[in-house]
Amino acid sequence: MIVTKGLRKSFQPRRGAAAVDAVRGIDLNVAEGEIYGLLGPNGAGKTTTLRMLATLLAPDGGAATVAGADLRAAPGEVRRRIGYVAQGGGTTDQATAREELVLQARMYGVRKAEAVQRAEQGLAAFDLTEFGDRVCKTYSGGQRRRLDLALGVVHRPSVLFLDEPTVGLDPRSRSQVWGEVRRLREQGMTVLLTTHYLDEADALCDRIGIVDNGGIVTEGTPEELKQKISGDSVTIGLSDAGATTGAERALAELPCVQRLEALPGEDGLRLHVDSAATAIPQLLRTLAASGIEPEHVQLQRPSLDDVFLALTGRALVHSS
Amino acid sequence: MKLARDTWLVYQRQLLLMARSPVWIAVGLLQPLCYLLLFAPLLTSALAASGAHSTADAYRIYVPGLLSALALMGGLFTGFTLLGELHAGVIERSRVTPVSRVALLLGRALRETTALLIQSVLIAVLAIPFGLTVGLADLLLAMALLALMALMASSVSYGLALLVPTDAALGPVVNTIAQPLALLSGTLLPIALAPVWLRTAASWNPCYWAVEGMRALFSGHVDAPEVWRGLLLTALLAAVAVAWSARLFAQRIR
Ligand SMILES: Nc1ncnc2c1ncn2[C@@H]1O[C@H](COP(=O)(O)OP(=O)(O)O)[C@@H](O)[C@H]1O
Ligand SMILES: [Mg+2]
Repeated sequence: MIVTKGLRKSFQPRRGAAAVDAVRGIDLNVAEGEIYGLLGPNGAGKTTTLRMLATLLAPDGGAATVAGADLRAAPGEVRRRIGYVAQGGGTTDQATAREELVLQARMYGVRKAEAVQRAEQGLAAFDLTEFGDRVCKTYSGGQRRRLDLALGVVHRPSVLFLDEPTVGLDPRSRSQVWGEVRRLREQGMTVLLTTHYLDEADALCDRIGIVDNGGIVTEGTPEELKQKISGDSVTIGLSDAGATTGAERALAELPCVQRLEALPGEDGLRLHVDSAATAIPQLLRTLAASGIEPEHVQLQRPSLDDVFLALTGRALVHSS
Repeated sequence: MKLARDTWLVYQRQLLLMARSPVWIAVGLLQPLCYLLLFAPLLTSALAASGAHSTADAYRIYVPGLLSALALMGGLFTGFTLLGELHAGVIERSRVTPVSRVALLLGRALRETTALLIQSVLIAVLAIPFGLTVGLADLLLAMALLALMALMASSVSYGLALLVPTDAALGPVVNTIAQPLALLSGTLLPIALAPVWLRTAASWNPCYWAVEGMRALFSGHVDAPEVWRGLLLTALLAAVAVAWSARLFAQRIR
């Protein structure tokens, strides 16, 4: 549904200033009915990529087909087939949700009577009927976001772009938005979203492309990505500093241990192993043979955080 | 067809928002009242030099100038309303749809034009008690000329707002254009009072011809050359301004 090849864009912030390469060659292949997430830190180029695909920005280079229409040759056709919800939304404070939905449908060429009907359906589908006739200024963040989504799909597009759909929302509204996105996918919509929340990418997306510095570093299903950084990590809590040194010496020898380090600020070790399932019995046996009794043993599956760190050498810092 | 339909859509929405903004309505109606009532005592003596011998004469010179000033200034400052919409993402949301780009501009500029015409009719009616009389045909032509001025000025202003999309930057830009334009058009005081070099400069200003056309119409000289010159020049400029600004609406939005 979305195929891009070497999509590029750079900005000239001011005359004479150095150009910023916001997107440096992105290749995407998103299948029909898929939720694909672009995950990356602020400034990675996610919004720029989406705005190019939504015909808001002309790419400097590369090609793209969106919902079967060529981005350069037929931008008008692309517009008719996609919905786009910007990070900050785009509602008018002084208009009601119903008025916004009718206007949006009509801007897509829908006739008046039909537009009124679609607005009614949109309000019902996104749980907005109760305040549909109140002006948007009075909405909570979550209500506004649901209206943004309703506006994005009022013309029944086959592809939906969502830029940071849950940024700034409380946990309840967040999971409500996730629910809506899943529901849209069930209706056959293809969704391309951006996020800098790892848990969001993990919970919502069928596939994830990790974006850093204007390019896709790697992509795959959340499971595949986690497997890419091989192995698991195991934390062993120990009674004192002596036990920690002893355990470090004994366990470093084991072939199943890739790497180990002392826990910062407490007595214990963190070990990286190929597979926790087979490593833990060996670890315990070795410790017992050295007369060391662990206080607790904890297994940690790798998170997307670890993936990002392993791939880029930087943590994905985010505010929440 | 699509252009007309889309323009109507945008225009309707803009009118609705205007109607929901009571502050705008209050200012829009009080402003002309102030101009008329506070300036009235000053007028007769001030304009005596331009050949005004009665209050009615003074109003024939002053009112068309005031209306032109409202059209040009009101139009040039309307870009600030677009900044709010740009900031809220309304323009970007519209631009993802197949709606006509020219309509996004025209619908807004026509809202501004409508507001101005309402104000103008109000002022013309309020000036009647002071002895201002204008023929209906002349008044209609004058309104057409005003509408063209407002359309031109607001299109320019929207274009500028797209080029310099912050309050802090747009203010100085608009002021730099508006001040000399208003002075060199002789909107509030007729340029006939000015020294020769200033009059020469003014004759190169298309808005000067529009304002002179307005004055001719208010004095009942529909066949004066200023009238058709003003109409033609303003229509031409309005077309150029709309084309320029619509292009920016199509390209230039963050
Ligand atoms: N209109 C613009 N003008 C100049 N620089 C821009 C513009 N839009 C984005 N950028 C720059 O491009 C880079 C990528 O931005 P963006 O696509 O918004 O990242 P993300 O959405 O991943 O946070 C950033 O360095 C940003 O400052
Ligand atoms: Mg972004």
